[in-house]
Amino acid sequence: MATETTYGARNHARAQEGTHAETMPVVPAADWPDPPPEATHLTWAETVAGGNYTHRTLARGTDLRLTDPYGDACAHVLLHVTDRPWERLNVADTVKVQWNAYLGEGVLLLSDQGRVLASVVADTSGHHDALCGTSTLVRNTDRYGDGAPQSKSPAGRELFKLAAAKNGLEPRDLPPSLSFFQGVRVGDDGTLDFTGSAGPGASVTLRTEQAVTVLIANVPHPADPRPEYISTALEVLAWRSAPTAPGDPLWDATPEGRRAFLNTAEFLTARGSA
Amino acid sequence: MSTNTGTNTGTDTGNTDTGNTDTDTASGTPERTTVVPARAPWSAVVHTGETLTITDLHGNQAVDFLLYDAHDTSVRYSAPDTIHAQGGIFLTTGSVLMSNEHTPLMTVTADDVGRHDTVGGACSKESNSLRYGHHTWSQHACVDNFLAEGAKHGLGKRDLVSNINWYMNVPVEKDGTLGIVDGISAPGLSLTLRAERDVLVLVSNCPQINNPCNGFDPTAVRMTITEAAGT
Repeated sequence: MATETTYGARNHARAQEGTHAETMPVVPAADWPDPPPEATHLTWAETVAGGNYTHRTLARGTDLRLTDPYGDACAHVLLHVTDRPWERLNVADTVKVQWNAYLGEGVLLLSDQGRVLASVVADTSGHHDALCGTSTLVRNTDRYGDGAPQSKSPAGRELFKLAAAKNGLEPRDLPPSLSFFQGVRVGDDGTLDFTGSAGPGASVTLRTEQAVTVLIANVPHPADPRPEYISTALEVLAWRSAPTAPGDPLWDATPEGRRAFLNTAEFLTARGSA
Repeated sequence: MSTNTGTNTGTDTGNTDTGNTDTDTASGTPERTTVVPARAPWSAVVHTGETLTITDLHGNQAVDFLLYDAHDTSVRYSAPDTIHAQGGIFLTTGSVLMSNEHTPLMTVTADDVGRHDTVGGACSKESNSLRYGHHTWSQHACVDNFLAEGAKHGLGKRDLVSNINWYMNVPVEKDGTLGIVDGISAPGLSLTLRAERDVLVLVSNCPQINNPCNGFDPTAVRMTITEAAGT
């Protein structure tokens, strides 16, 4: 056996370098083969497998584009302010302050501190959800037979726990999340209608307005009615951009949003990071 | 309506709003009753099988409500799990309040009103600054109530998540527009919850005066915990 000695084992392991898998991070990100034209300097390039997760800390003023190449991705997303994780995405404030339950271009992802974590600056899907959160071990075990991370049907919350732990966070740090690429709509009586996906190729671009840690679980939406666990790859690209500034139409789009941007700018200026 | 005067007078309507807890055993059904004054927090452990009745004494008073497994507070009420478990955003009789691990915490067993809010979450000084303006900063808010009352149980900011708003009316239009509109509750209407396990209940009797969630006039509510039959 080539691996019967330490030298052979080392050679065997090192010979794997350069292997390409369909789902993997590309490091350095600049080696991504077909960057978007507007991406001057890619800082994160990864294809996340269905039923898997990823996470990254991003600088303020980063564009983060999520793409659903095959039509069955669902990006469950949480945002925490880097180094101050007690400031984090607040889904209730996000929908209440902006007077709308649905996510799309122009929506601000708000923290519990009256500030903006990220802005949705582009969206070709329109199939997103701020109401249903992600899946759980109990629910996936009931529906698919298992929900553990190592199973064939991992639950979003179980993957979030792992992504959180790798950033020094615990289950207490996991509030309700957002879902991109699989949506629901609310009827007059409050009941939900699952819209599913917009189809292959849709993308959504978030612009970070603070330094944030992004946790992403790519698992089926909890309201997906299909009996099979169907989750296809998610493409993640990020590049240096610039945060929203006064004069940007988004800054003044609504009075609530303007005050959120003002709060954010003042906070960052006071601590010397803007 | 009340306007922002920068002070919190602590006055309230109704001479029964004392915040005292009384135990009534005369009827043969042991009960613990508390009147929670306007703007105040409250908490209690409700044991498996016991019921909690929340009475809207003066009408249209939002009761912000969080719920934890009394033995493991990392397991807590989940608005999204509750919403997708029942397939809708409004709560009423039969609704099961689910945890973030998708386990039942409490069940609504009676409801005089018909629907309650799962989407709007709590008011805070910070969100008030976005919703109405920075002039609201000195007003009291639900998140402050949750933090103050939660601290008595070892709960902190990380433990606050999207909550229920009993008696609050938040419709969603076809285009997704949502907002807190005039309430559909009335004086004396109540709802009853049965504990499916030992739960810690955390309440903020909402102080908000900038929207109709409290009819622009926060008032007292009554909490009644009734022991399980046969215990």
